[in-house]
Amino acid sequence: MGLSEELVVRKIRDGTVIDHIPAGQALNVLRIMGIKGLEGNRIAIVMNVESKKLGKKDIVKIENREIAPEEINKIALIAPNATINIIRDYKVIKKEKVTLPDKIKNIVKCINPTCITNQERESIISSFKLISKNPIILLCEYCERYLLQEDIIKQFE
Amino acid sequence: MFKERDILSILDFKRDEIEHIFEISNEMKKILAKGKSNLLEGKILATAFFEPSTRTKLSFETAMQRLGGSVIGFSEPSISSIAKGENISDTIRMLDSYADIIVIRHRLEGVAKLAAEIANSPVINGGDGTHNHPTQSIIDLYTIWNKFGKIDGLNICILGDLKYGRAAISFMHGLSLFNPKKIFLVSPQLLKIRQEVRDFLKSIGLNIYETESLEEVLNDIDVLYVTRIQKERFPDPAEYEKVKGSYRISIEMLKNAKDDLIILHPLPRIDEIDINVDYTKYAYYFKQAANGIPVRMSLLALLLGAIE
Repeated sequence: MGLSEELVVRKIRDGTVIDHIPAGQALNVLRIMGIKGLEGNRIAIVMNVESKKLGKKDIVKIENREIAPEEINKIALIAPNATINIIRDYKVIKKEKVTLPDKIKNIVKCINPTCITNQERESIISSFKLISKNPIILLCEYCERYLLQEDIIKQFE
Repeated sequence: MFKERDILSILDFKRDEIEHIFEISNEMKKILAKGKSNLLEGKILATAFFEPSTRTKLSFETAMQRLGGSVIGFSEPSISSIAKGENISDTIRMLDSYADIIVIRHRLEGVAKLAAEIANSPVINGGDGTHNHPTQSIIDLYTIWNKFGKIDGLNICILGDLKYGRAAISFMHGLSLFNPKKIFLVSPQLLKIRQEVRDFLKSIGLNIYETESLEEVLNDIDVLYVTRIQKERFPDPAEYEKVKGSYRISIEMLKNAKDDLIILHPLPRIDEIDINVDYTKYAYYFKQAANGIPVRMSLLALLLGAIE
């Protein structure tokens, strides 16, 4: 993180810093993590800051909350270049880049209304194959329709 | 190689497996000429047809009976337990305990995959929504192979609803297992192939040419595969009104066609092919429908392990 960003938001003692989020997606990242702001954690959101990699990016800092592995997979779907920093006592104890698995199960829904996975009365888990990482394109393993990045983002809004 | 496999998509097969099915289908024609055999005696086929069907259902039933097996099932969900509110999964579990093999047709995409996950018996996709109709495409390919002795090197045109037509999409997938010279995809703009299908065909390296004009390509092709524009598949009825009756093959249109052109149609036909074309040498769609019996006999016998 650059000096200018540090000036905007101070360091956190314990928690998670999610960096390299595509500009404009920080609030969706919080939605994915189920954070509404009422939980009591101190949260800092920095949006539209300059980034060498992305041009513009968002950053999210959440105090006293370590991200769960299943949340990392979800975040990868809207922020495929994000980096996750776990902070303890002001130190980064773990830093990892999100990775999109080849199969994405039970996270997002197929947009095809006549896909069997959208039938409430059938006990069935959605399953997608990763076709492209940039932009993200998933293929439903049941109806073989595409799920595009914009469709995925809408599901988290 | 085939025993206890499911058939969900034609892409479940490799080229040599499809060619093996062709060879076996030729053998099945000999059995048909004699009447029947007892190859599948004692075996039961369940037909779970949640959507109307004439050819697929009756040809599977005929195929099973010609091989000495028997058939249970339904073709009208309103008289099955579905009408009482039973879900598809439970219906499949029940049929799985009654029968040795299941053919399923449904208006929803992915139903056959769900059924295959639930059932221990082999499941054959008899058509799932706008998605797949693999046994139809094996029949289509077999009909071409029988006529020309090959599929490689031919110019093949697929006409009509390429967006929602599962037979057309499965046929394209089937062609991807071979090396046709060129595939002409002719449809109204609204019914062009979906991006995922286009990407797949291109990833295979098939030589595809898309156009709205049949006249532009008609004289260069060996196979004309005509499909119905299916009102029941359109999410928006207004969209159907814009494209219905877009194409109609007449004898006049065929005057400069290649001498050995064949016209295929997965049927039912409404008005895409003038009935006068039925009496020309080009009409192969009834032979194609008849090929449904030996091909489906082959598939039943292979999946049930009666032959290898």
